[in-house]
Amino acid sequence: MGKYILRRVLLMIPIVLGVATLSFILMKLAPGDPAAAYLGDKATPENVAQLRQAWGLDEPMIIQYLQFLAGLLVGDFGQSFIFQTSVLELLTLRMPATLLLMLVSLVFAVVISVPLSLWVAAKRSAASAIVSRVFAATVQGMPAFFVGTLLILVLGVNLGIFPVGGYGSNFGEHLYSLVLPGLAVALTICPVLIRSLTAALNDSMSAEYTNFALSKGLSRKRTVIDYAFRNAGITGVSILGIQVGHLVGGALVVENVFAIPGVGSLLMEAVLARDYDVVQALTVIFGVLVVLVYLLTDVVYSLVDPRVRLGA
Amino acid sequence: MTEPITSSPADTGAGGAGGKPPRTRGGTASRATPTARFTLPLPAFLRRHNLQLWIGAVILGAMVLLLAIGPLFVTGDPNRQDLLNTFAPSSIAHPLGTDQLGRDVLSRFLHGGRVDLIVAVVAVIVPFILGTILGSLAGYFGRWVDIVIMRLADIVSAFPFYVLVIVLVFVMGNGMGSIFVAISAVSWVAYARIVRGEVLVLREQEFISACRASGLSTPRILTRHIIPNTVSQGVIYAMSDIVLNIGVVVTLSYFGMGIVPPTADWGQMMNDGQQYMGTGNYGLILWPGFAVVIVSFALALIGDGLTNTLKPKR
Repeated sequence: MGKYILRRVLLMIPIVLGVATLSFILMKLAPGDPAAAYLGDKATPENVAQLRQAWGLDEPMIIQYLQFLAGLLVGDFGQSFIFQTSVLELLTLRMPATLLLMLVSLVFAVVISVPLSLWVAAKRSAASAIVSRVFAATVQGMPAFFVGTLLILVLGVNLGIFPVGGYGSNFGEHLYSLVLPGLAVALTICPVLIRSLTAALNDSMSAEYTNFALSKGLSRKRTVIDYAFRNAGITGVSILGIQVGHLVGGALVVENVFAIPGVGSLLMEAVLARDYDVVQALTVIFGVLVVLVYLLTDVVYSLVDPRVRLGA
Repeated sequence: MTEPITSSPADTGAGGAGGKPPRTRGGTASRATPTARFTLPLPAFLRRHNLQLWIGAVILGAMVLLLAIGPLFVTGDPNRQDLLNTFAPSSIAHPLGTDQLGRDVLSRFLHGGRVDLIVAVVAVIVPFILGTILGSLAGYFGRWVDIVIMRLADIVSAFPFYVLVIVLVFVMGNGMGSIFVAISAVSWVAYARIVRGEVLVLREQEFISACRASGLSTPRILTRHIIPNTVSQGVIYAMSDIVLNIGVVVTLSYFGMGIVPPTADWGQMMNDGQQYMGTGNYGLILWPGFAVVIVSFALALIGDGLTNTLKPKR
């Protein structure tokens, strides 16, 4: 077990390094000069040159790259010029909202997808198959911002049940204002979850152990819940892990629609203001976050399903 | 009544029984694979006639027809402003009313839809070709070729799709060209993984051994015997990829990072609509929004239908 985890961690290192390197290269390809952008229109060339030197922007590329990597290791992500503070501080300020949003979305996604898939597998009727399929196909094509806007329109503006934006000031208000955004993000990952859960449940329902359960007289409903779901649920967990990228992407979009002060809206603000260090740091952090979740999913998976690590 | 057995990712053993790539050494490579196309149980009559394929094709065809010939009947310039006639309700001159600058909403809807759909469809081509080439090379040659290509794929797919696309647009600037490059740089990964998985299975099959034994050159085996057998899986994925692309184009334009105004497009219209939501003028959001949903819905049906038709019965 320890060996398996160790090997997965070692396999992760080159990918994390690749993520950092790609982010670095992209930022160097971006047009414009961070120092000039930081100082604004009224800066003299001398001032810009001075700042470039202070920031090490006149060093050879390889030195800058190594400095960037060293900075990442100690949590030094550079400076934001629109907020006039360190990127690290910005991150600690705005990461919680995004993480909470992702958590709320995850809960919604599970609450919507699991019962629907169980229902389809237990019913095995034309109607249930069509309902779940139409739902998945409809939701699949909805851009997250459109779902968000619709929710604002119906539940926020017209019915006035939920706030149309913002984040509130205490934890209760946070949760309350994250209901609509969470739902919008959840709907973006539901189709895949429903499809794979249903398929996994169907798979389990044609296995021998479920046949046994059925033939000893257990109802189909009970068999689905007590037998098939035990196995299919594991698949669901790994699908959720794979979906983390979509979760982050959805959060990024939806935060902007609902004006939630998370890292997603931070990225958009930074991109529009050409705040280089912030964009670079967020690119790396999003990438590493996804890799970490993949790792976590693999480890959890191997804990609950020993076939994975034995077969690997 | 039972479906053709679709194996879950959990028990796809090495060697891959289904059309899916086998699980590689527990790595992230196979984890993030979008290939796992799961079929839901469907009633027999739907399966027999592949109705979903036809329903999808009819819906999509109607939409494309509307966007193709609509502008012939709605002759108004989508960019002509009429500042004295903003947010006009629907009338004979403006069947869907006008927007905040007095522009004809129907005209903008039709022209915008053309732009978005064309971009979304065209943006599939390069990733499709690139992914097929890289994926077949990785699958056929294995060893270091495989390692290099698939590690690159791992790195690219470590970034959330939208994050990488937005950062690429940040690097290259707004506009259609940037959208194409950004989508191509990210989307090839999915095709590469699908094709690689197919090739891993194919290269062990007897007809390929026969090709080798009869002395065909490697390029010939790849282009004439391997790649043609992988195309159907790529095409199936391309349907959901177009949906993804429509989402990206519309979302980027919604945020003012995509199609450059004043060129009409659905994302931009929806952004306008949201800003002026207070005026009670919801058409700007709803028309393009539901159009996106309808097109995506049709493509999802076509994708599922194609899966049933094209999936090789191994």
